[in-house]
Amino acid sequence: MPDGTIHTGIGASVKRVEDQRFLTGKGNYTDDINRPDQTYAYMLRSPHAHEKIISIDASNAQSSEGVVAIFTGEDMQVGGLPCGWQIHSEDGSPMHEPPHPALAQGKVRHVGDQVAVVIADTLANAKSAAAKINVEYEALAPVMDMKAAEAGAPFVHEDIETNKCYDWGLGDKDAVEKALAESDHVTEIDIVNNRLIPNAMEPRAAIAEFNEATSEYTVYTTSQNPHVIRLLMGAFVLSLPEHKLRVIAPDVGGGFGSKIFLYAEETIITWASQKIGRPIKWTAERSESFITDAHGRDHITHAKLGLDADGNFTALKVETYANMGAYLSTFASSVPTYLYATLLAGVYKTPVIYANVRAIFTNTVPVDAYRGAGRPEASYLLERIVDKAARETGLDQVDIRTKNMIAPDAFPYQTPVALAYDSGDYQATLASAMKLANVESFGERRKLSESQGKKRGLGYSTYIEACGIAPSAVAGALGARAGLYESAEVRVHPTGSVTVFTGSHSHGQGHETTFAQIVSDQLGIPIENIEINHGDTGNVQFGMGTYGSRSLAVGGEALLRATNKIIDKAKKIAAHCLEASVDDVEFKDGNFTVAGTDKTMAFGEVALTAYVPHNFPHEELEPGLDETAFYDPANFTFPGGCHICEVEVDPETGVTEVVNFTAVDDIGRVINPMIVEGQVHGGVAQGIGQALLEGCNYDSEGQLLTGSYMDYTMPRADDVPNFVVGTQSTLCTHNTLGVKGVGEVGAIGSPPAVINAIVDALSDLGVSDVSMPATPAKVWGAIQSAKTA
Amino acid sequence: MPTVSMTVNGQKVSGEVESRTLLVQFLRENLRLTGTHVGCDTSQCGACVVHVNGNSAKSCTMLAVQAMNAEITTIEGLADGDTLHPMQEAFRNNHGLQCGFCTPGMVMSALDLLNKNASPSETEIREWLEGNICRCTGYHNIVKSIKEAAESTGG
Repeated sequence: MPDGTIHTGIGASVKRVEDQRFLTGKGNYTDDINRPDQTYAYMLRSPHAHEKIISIDASNAQSSEGVVAIFTGEDMQVGGLPCGWQIHSEDGSPMHEPPHPALAQGKVRHVGDQVAVVIADTLANAKSAAAKINVEYEALAPVMDMKAAEAGAPFVHEDIETNKCYDWGLGDKDAVEKALAESDHVTEIDIVNNRLIPNAMEPRAAIAEFNEATSEYTVYTTSQNPHVIRLLMGAFVLSLPEHKLRVIAPDVGGGFGSKIFLYAEETIITWASQKIGRPIKWTAERSESFITDAHGRDHITHAKLGLDADGNFTALKVETYANMGAYLSTFASSVPTYLYATLLAGVYKTPVIYANVRAIFTNTVPVDAYRGAGRPEASYLLERIVDKAARETGLDQVDIRTKNMIAPDAFPYQTPVALAYDSGDYQATLASAMKLANVESFGERRKLSESQGKKRGLGYSTYIEACGIAPSAVAGALGARAGLYESAEVRVHPTGSVTVFTGSHSHGQGHETTFAQIVSDQLGIPIENIEINHGDTGNVQFGMGTYGSRSLAVGGEALLRATNKIIDKAKKIAAHCLEASVDDVEFKDGNFTVAGTDKTMAFGEVALTAYVPHNFPHEELEPGLDETAFYDPANFTFPGGCHICEVEVDPETGVTEVVNFTAVDDIGRVINPMIVEGQVHGGVAQGIGQALLEGCNYDSEGQLLTGSYMDYTMPRADDVPNFVVGTQSTLCTHNTLGVKGVGEVGAIGSPPAVINAIVDALSDLGVSDVSMPATPAKVWGAIQSAKTA
Repeated sequence: MPTVSMTVNGQKVSGEVESRTLLVQFLRENLRLTGTHVGCDTSQCGACVVHVNGNSAKSCTMLAVQAMNAEITTIEGLADGDTLHPMQEAFRNNHGLQCGFCTPGMVMSALDLLNKNASPSETEIREWLEGNICRCTGYHNIVKSIKEAAESTGG
């Protein structure tokens, strides 16, 4: 596809166009925006996990300096925050969806729950007034432990008389039980997938204003999907029609899933902006982010893997408890079901699989999608149990994987858990990663470590994920309450420059560059002549937004299709002007040429003709050159690959150092290698964070113990190594670009590689498992326990 | 309310602030220099790093009045028109940023490192960045950017 003259097409490591503004302090993040006559909101939050609200006395606060208004749940009688995915339990009953009020109604259900909003002329005055609100609570027993919560009262939501949201199953349970009973060996494992806090560096923020003249609301918010926010907030909570609600997500400082969801705060200030008739700004302090941003992961799982005498997998049985937190967040219900259990085949041809998932309400912050969302939980479980099975049966870590892998010629491959993989070559990514990781000489490095009193280990993870979310019909059949297509508009201006309107929001991924590369490649025009516009429902026709590594595979494909429509129309215009048949017109390097002649028209000339249609095929075409495409994918995409982690553990202190990390990911066609590598680096760092450093902990009373960067360990520069990254391009078979997605591979593939490496390092000391995060204390403890065992 | 005066990016500025006003608030709200960001409330993330009298400082952790008569440089003060400072250029050239939110603090911190150690080792770079958190890049390309900037400025 790339031509000889313009080096901004597909496959080029084009430097990012967005960097200039970010590097010079000219980014435009929500908190950088101020509106005339703006007020400031401060949320009075519950300091308790589970208490009844007896009374709220705001009389002293009302007269506090600068206060404009104070609202509580009693004032805000609107719809609850909706959940976008309905799950049915195995018995056919629909999941429990207890109300999710933006402002607490009679009861608080987690530390951080909104009790009141104080709006004042300055933030300091709002905070001072909030301190004067007297809330009388009555203590209720907090629901913290998932298994105890399943057993019965106390209930997070009394009216449903259970803490179980659903009890869901996938796969053939009887066939799995039978196969396990007939297996020569069954490996069992207990896995905790540690609860994480996403921690995008930009705290959430929003500004809402109501225009009395037009009855229109404008909301600036830190969102990955402004159209989804408009739909959920407008249609389900505040009863505002789309044409009177404009949602703008300007520059957004990272999301990682946590900015997909409709949150209470933006909803409250939008509602209140009409009440007070002035713009309202709310910005989270980091301490608020910890107790209000949706958390991630938090699974407890018991699994059994059956093997025959040759080490072939015969069956997999998985039983998982998934924490929902206090309320159902926007996509919470789909994460431990259709984004998790459907991935339990992994890259293996396990013939029968059954998974049971029990989703439990607790008095904690809602849990929802975080980078990978369900798929990291699946890959961690699978790659840990495969590692354990190899150790128990004496099989080599590589042999057990290659023996069970789906063969490269077996695609399309139907798994026993609903998905049909379109393409892949798992043996090739494994071989490539082994080469890049210098596995051959690992023995020498291990000896060197031993001579220095250290233990060295090598851990593998051969993973798969389902991305490009999603075919709407499939998602709908599984309970999704939204379509999952994407749209793009390509607007060619009269002089040949182009503005693209895409529903895919960019908050670090670099769409303003990669999407422009696609257009540059297709239209043969320089990247400087292309502008990518996203994030504003007032500009962009529609969009489902950015998550599930879907931007390129769904949004990019929509863009390609819109661009192709432009080329089709432009060809007709050129054919008319060049007095040729449209079939004879070729488009190459930005020029329309009549085949075999020197008759040619540049793209810019055709554009001008479209807008100055003096000589134009009016009987056949309308003037203008502006095309839109909506693209709904036929299938998920299936990036996969192999991560190999090499660690060195100090057995005296339990300190683990990741000394080498190699990732070879098959993500289909690569648009911008530089950006792809950056996505892998970031994802792997988050995966290493989960494996070694990050853990969200509550005490038994529901107080968050890890509520700041002093207690929640974010990966720092000296916690991670340089990464060795390779890619392989087995093209996706059902989109024209052949792309699969790269946003989540790092976070999905890496955690089991790290833990497997630690177990490998310590296995000769008798250590068979270390839970995440594998802190020095835990690793040291595992060594001591093994010694005394 | 006290009046503070300081030099910011070469320009003399002054303004009335509350005693409790933080330097970062004065920069962002009074001067509308919104390139300096606030990413936490415990002085950990480093998104707010600026230079105060030539040394990097977390502007969320000092009062505006403490910067009385100081020379402040923010991210907005580095480039010469459209020409990026070599450190900014190195970040661009090496994809040392993704969402851009930690970037201003990261760049200001990195510059201070090179001012104090013109040719830092990789370990020295990684240890120096202890006070700057990035969630996007995994630091790989940030370290690479700083190395390149050190080389290009003759370190």
